[in-house]
Amino acid sequence: MTSTPVLERGAEAGRRTRPPLRLGAAAATALLVGVVAVACALSVLVGSRSVPVSALWDAGDPLHSVYIARIERTLLGLAVGAALALAGAVMQGLTRNPLADPGILGTNAGASFAMVVGLSVFGVSSLTDFLWIAFVGAAVASVLVHVVASLGRDGATPVKLAIAGAAVTAAATSWTTGVLLVDKQTMETFRYWQVGTIGGRDLSVLATGAPFLVVGALLALTGARLLNTLALGDDLARGLGRRTALDRVVLGVAVVLLAGTATALAGPIAFVGLVVPHGVRALVGSDHARVLPLSAMGGAALVVLADTLGRVVLPPSEVQVGVTAAVVGVPVFLLLVRRGRSGSGAL
Amino acid sequence: MTAVTEARTVTPGSAIADAVQVVRAARRVPRRRTALVVGGLAVALVAAFGARVLLGDYTITIPDFVRILAGTDIPGATYILLESKLPRAVLATLAGVAFGVAGALFQTTLRNPLASPDIIGVSLGASACAVVAIALWGWQGLPVSAVAVTGAVAVALVVRLVAGPHGGYRLVLVGIGAAAAMQSVIQYVFTRVDEYDAQLVLRWLTGSVNGVAWPTIRLLALVLAVLLPLTWWVARSLRVSELGDDAAAGLGVSRARSELLLLLGVVLSAVAVAAAGPIAFVSFLAGPIARALNGGRTTILGAALTGAVVVVSADYVADYLVPDTNLPVGVVTGAVGAPFLLWLLARGRAGRRAA
Repeated sequence: MTSTPVLERGAEAGRRTRPPLRLGAAAATALLVGVVAVACALSVLVGSRSVPVSALWDAGDPLHSVYIARIERTLLGLAVGAALALAGAVMQGLTRNPLADPGILGTNAGASFAMVVGLSVFGVSSLTDFLWIAFVGAAVASVLVHVVASLGRDGATPVKLAIAGAAVTAAATSWTTGVLLVDKQTMETFRYWQVGTIGGRDLSVLATGAPFLVVGALLALTGARLLNTLALGDDLARGLGRRTALDRVVLGVAVVLLAGTATALAGPIAFVGLVVPHGVRALVGSDHARVLPLSAMGGAALVVLADTLGRVVLPPSEVQVGVTAAVVGVPVFLLLVRRGRSGSGAL
Repeated sequence: MTAVTEARTVTPGSAIADAVQVVRAARRVPRRRTALVVGGLAVALVAAFGARVLLGDYTITIPDFVRILAGTDIPGATYILLESKLPRAVLATLAGVAFGVAGALFQTTLRNPLASPDIIGVSLGASACAVVAIALWGWQGLPVSAVAVTGAVAVALVVRLVAGPHGGYRLVLVGIGAAAAMQSVIQYVFTRVDEYDAQLVLRWLTGSVNGVAWPTIRLLALVLAVLLPLTWWVARSLRVSELGDDAAAGLGVSRARSELLLLLGVVLSAVAVAAAGPIAFVSFLAGPIARALNGGRTTILGAALTGAVVVVSADYVADYLVPDTNLPVGVVTGAVGAPFLLWLLARGRAGRRAA
């Protein structure tokens, strides 16, 4: 019972520092559903070439396949975006670090490196095997980054995490490049994938990844209360009866599943996991029970919109979604660094 | 110490003379060490350069080497030396010197071992602009270097402005963000080019000294011949700048001088990038290695030689590590340099300073 006053005080403090944009949960959900719907509509209807809308329904029309392709990439974009943003939101809560993102903390780079090694050295060909390899790479990279960053007296500060993440990313990228250069065939396969793209993928790809995404998403979403307790600090969380070590492992598995699958499906896309949770928190406050599902929706909308933008911004070529996401994400990252918010000591 | 105390009992004049003697003796030790380190590095550089040029899968004897340079045409050997081995070795040396000096200038002036031009996005900014100029506009030679310098200066300014006046960890984080943005620009440009040349892409992403024409190398050598003496002259105040802006100002070194040093660092790394691409982690590695060898004192010459040794020997490894494949040198320096960064973080050195 001693816990209630603390939680209440926390909630009160949250209410007092209510952000100016803040909406109720229902309004925010409605807003994001609307954004996702608009994003999907745009993604299906807009592209590098204009196609009459009638072809969308007419299966006999030769241009019908264009719409099929657009619908496929929209679905893939929704899944990948939701996974990345959810992974980012969980990572930010788990590490109490505003700069956490599977792209910045090395998770995606680890998954890419593992996949390239799998393809080149072990000759892996089935997508399921690829996914498992990506999970191993993502897990190893994440653990490495956190271990290295938490060495030393001051523990895992956001700055040390970000720098360790950048170092692991650089190392993994160098080794990936080395393997790719030695193996020309692998190079051809990975050329576009490496930038991060959701175009030209088959729906079967999504079907293979879907179970992992669903498990990861469920683990993450059920972790909302856990993350809320962790936000009070490890000592308080333990005092409230949580087994923090176990909690961290469960949430870590969720992050690895989500980020690993997203990377395997679409290549390493950074900054989605960083930007979306911050935006959502500005709308609904810091309760993870709201932040997590809304982040998933926001991420889905962002990736689909970024992909659509990439298709029309410089016709006739396409800008990969990894690039457009970086264009949107980097300024937000810089803003966060500059404002140094989130109350963590080092920022 | 004893000399000084004893001297005090005699006359004031001889006391000062003795004190001067003591101070001189104390100063001589590190100076001797610096001379030793610089000499050792120079020998290492000559050895690495020699190995790079003479050994490998096609051995060239020293007499042959001298004869080819003098103009004799030895079938096969002349071509391999003058078109493949020698340009690679010379470019590796020049780029290593430029990156090493640039890194040392950044790290000492900003007083942060993580704030080297390759980590905070300056090299990648130069690279992104060079790529746009080469791949999309079809430029060559001096204009490319000029554009690269512009890009590097622009990124440096943006990072400086966004990070605010207090630098430190913020500078590093903003720089990492800027580097990520520049990297995606480079990758984007290469998805637009029809003819996909892996070696070319990697040159601009990780740096490479393969297949660079002599005019480009000559241009870099010319620019360095102007910039390095200038840096040498301006960097006399480096040991004072290292104490921080306030202390340096108190000791009569203006802030403008530190800024000029940073600008020189930016330009040095940009011209090297225009020729060899942003060779990963050389700027970052050269300074700390030279410092450790030299007992914790920074010398421009030491950093320059260390950078050159690192690039030349990494290029040798890159060429012969995997049979039949010419890895770009940046892959080797990156694969070695990034774990070094992790180690630095794990030891708490960098983290403390940066945080």
